[in-house]
Amino acid sequence: MADEVTISGQTATAGDAYIAQIKKKRLMSFIILIVFLALLASGFTVADSRNAGGFWDGLGNIFDFPFAMFSEAIERAPLMPAYLVQYFPSLIETINIAAASTLIGALLGLAMSLLVTRGFAPVSWLVSPLRRILDILRAIPEIVIALVLIFMLGGGPVPAMIAITLHTVGAVGKLFSEVNENASMKPVEGLASVGANWTQRMWLGVIPQVAPNYLSYALLRFEINIRASAILGFVGAGGIGYDLRNTMSWGVGKYDEAAAIFILLFLTIVVVDQLSGMLRNRLTHGTAAPQVTS
Amino acid sequence: MTTAPLYAATTARFSRKKRITLAVPLIIFAYFTYIFVVFDVAGLSDRVNLNNARTLVSDAYSYKTHVAQSNRDGSIAVSVEGERKGAYPEGTAPDWVRLGDVVEVDLGQGHLITLGAQVSYDIPGYGLVTARPDGTGVNAVFPDGDLPDFINASKNRVMIATEAGRFTITRARAEVFKYSFGWELFFFTLESPYYGKGPFELASLAFKGEAGAIWQDFWTNKMWRHGDVFWALFETLLMAFLGTFGAAMVALPLAFLAARNFTPLGVLRFAARRVFDFLRGVDGLIWTIILSRAFGPGPLTGALAILLTDTGTFGKMFSEALENVDEKQIEGIASTGAKPLQRYRFGVFPQVVPVLLSQVLYYLESNTRSATIIGAMTGGGIGLLLTQAIATQKDWEEVSYYIVLIILLVMAMDTLSGWLRRKLIKGDEGRH
Repeated sequence: MADEVTISGQTATAGDAYIAQIKKKRLMSFIILIVFLALLASGFTVADSRNAGGFWDGLGNIFDFPFAMFSEAIERAPLMPAYLVQYFPSLIETINIAAASTLIGALLGLAMSLLVTRGFAPVSWLVSPLRRILDILRAIPEIVIALVLIFMLGGGPVPAMIAITLHTVGAVGKLFSEVNENASMKPVEGLASVGANWTQRMWLGVIPQVAPNYLSYALLRFEINIRASAILGFVGAGGIGYDLRNTMSWGVGKYDEAAAIFILLFLTIVVVDQLSGMLRNRLTHGTAAPQVTS
Repeated sequence: MTTAPLYAATTARFSRKKRITLAVPLIIFAYFTYIFVVFDVAGLSDRVNLNNARTLVSDAYSYKTHVAQSNRDGSIAVSVEGERKGAYPEGTAPDWVRLGDVVEVDLGQGHLITLGAQVSYDIPGYGLVTARPDGTGVNAVFPDGDLPDFINASKNRVMIATEAGRFTITRARAEVFKYSFGWELFFFTLESPYYGKGPFELASLAFKGEAGAIWQDFWTNKMWRHGDVFWALFETLLMAFLGTFGAAMVALPLAFLAARNFTPLGVLRFAARRVFDFLRGVDGLIWTIILSRAFGPGPLTGALAILLTDTGTFGKMFSEALENVDEKQIEGIASTGAKPLQRYRFGVFPQVVPVLLSQVLYYLESNTRSATIIGAMTGGGIGLLLTQAIATQKDWEEVSYYIVLIILLVMAMDTLSGWLRRKLIKGDEGRH
């Protein structure tokens, strides 16, 4: 930015040094960029060579399947409303899995977040171990827990619900504790001075401050969990994902039903995203109703 | 303003708040009741397979050694997990098996089994069970009295399960299972000369020039397949890396199109935003299915599925970040006579790159998890190994090993991306 500025005599050497430094920095950035692009390119080559079908061979076929599916759906378009009704209960199950696990996960995550926030935690030596537990819960992909639980509990929505709940506890616990860290300690101190116990201090001093942020994160989680719940259905945990796998493995002849499921899933995700986006905007950028101020 | 209306309004608000505080838990409770019924949680106790759960847990931290005798020719085979890959070479056995004309298997705690033409199991606290399996049946003889719960006997089959191990006699075979703690063949399989050697011995052998051979035996271990597992982890990481950064590179130019302050043309903006919504709305699951039809299973399919979904996400996030850029900096650059490209280079990029990069890095960790999931669905990376191991329903030690590896991988990516993000933010602050 300073390269074009004219420099007076005395500071010429300093200016030269500055320009040299800038040039060196730009060269470094350039090298990093080149290395990064090379990594990306070679990564794609490696991925391509380890894939069952090659990229360039497959590229031509990429629309074959959607085309086959939707042409079958259009061919039997009159059946479409019936399919949408037929698979609607499965969709409700998928949404229920997501909603229940978000709700349970958020409640447990809320309790965990208060236990791992320094300054709020009632037992200070528990903070580190509980944080590690949250890290682990967050790191396990839902599918891992779901597959193991399906082996023990059989298929159905419960393994998926438990799997998503555990992951939600980890994610929400961390996010909520970050919110807690930004909460003002003054109400908590005020409550402490009148002899409130820990539960009262948290419930009356912290939760009202952070509740809008909590709700906003929980809604975001709900969006994520609907996607996760559909995916877990695909590996046998019930809901619309399970129906999708069944119709897909049936192949030609049931593609119209697969198309109906695709449409249901797509609409659900878009509608939930839009609704939760609107709600979150309202929560974080002021509410419609005037707030009671002291 | 008098205090009376204010007082009334406050009371009304308080009573409304009270109603809400009471209603919310009630609604949540009602919803849980509904879930309890529709998910049939009460019926779960009938469906839960405790046997499966028990095998899973015990297998995760223990291994079993099979000592099997063929009753036809009297041959003995000793192997870990009953697998060919874990077989003890002819004439060797662990120290609790005494080979000879009469094979003695000491299960510990006084449980002693002898194999041969006549097999017997001396069960402490119960007595001696003998059997002489031949073409007519197993001909078992038990101590007097009713059979205890841990023995399951019929004419052609006797099964004894004690805390020390399991003994099965059929007409064709007599088989002993002994459970022991640990993952026995984790480092080397039995045919390797390095099996059973301690770390110091191995280190000294490595110094004598056998390091390559030791590494080779470890890497090609047939039971644990460390080489394959490493490649699988690498593939998963590759999917996450390519998907995340590929998406970022595709999304960046599109985000300029979707940002109000960079694209005055409403139609273009609208089109770009709908593309993002579509990519996000179709979701990774459906992208994975469509792409795996075209490209087959493998890391490329996973990488492209992540790339497509995240292009939508990044496009939306980037365009929001671009709409929040500080116009003053761009005006300042423009006032020096900079051309449009220079305005972007010096006015826009320094502002947004740290923000965008930090968002992208944040997704690197979550995409490592997505890559595992996509791998499990289409076949690729550690996700594939995991589903394969679960499908066998017996290699639970491998399942737990893979789970640990996945957790470590995701946590490592989390740490790495956190470290890079902190570096970025710090570098950003340094410039101010």
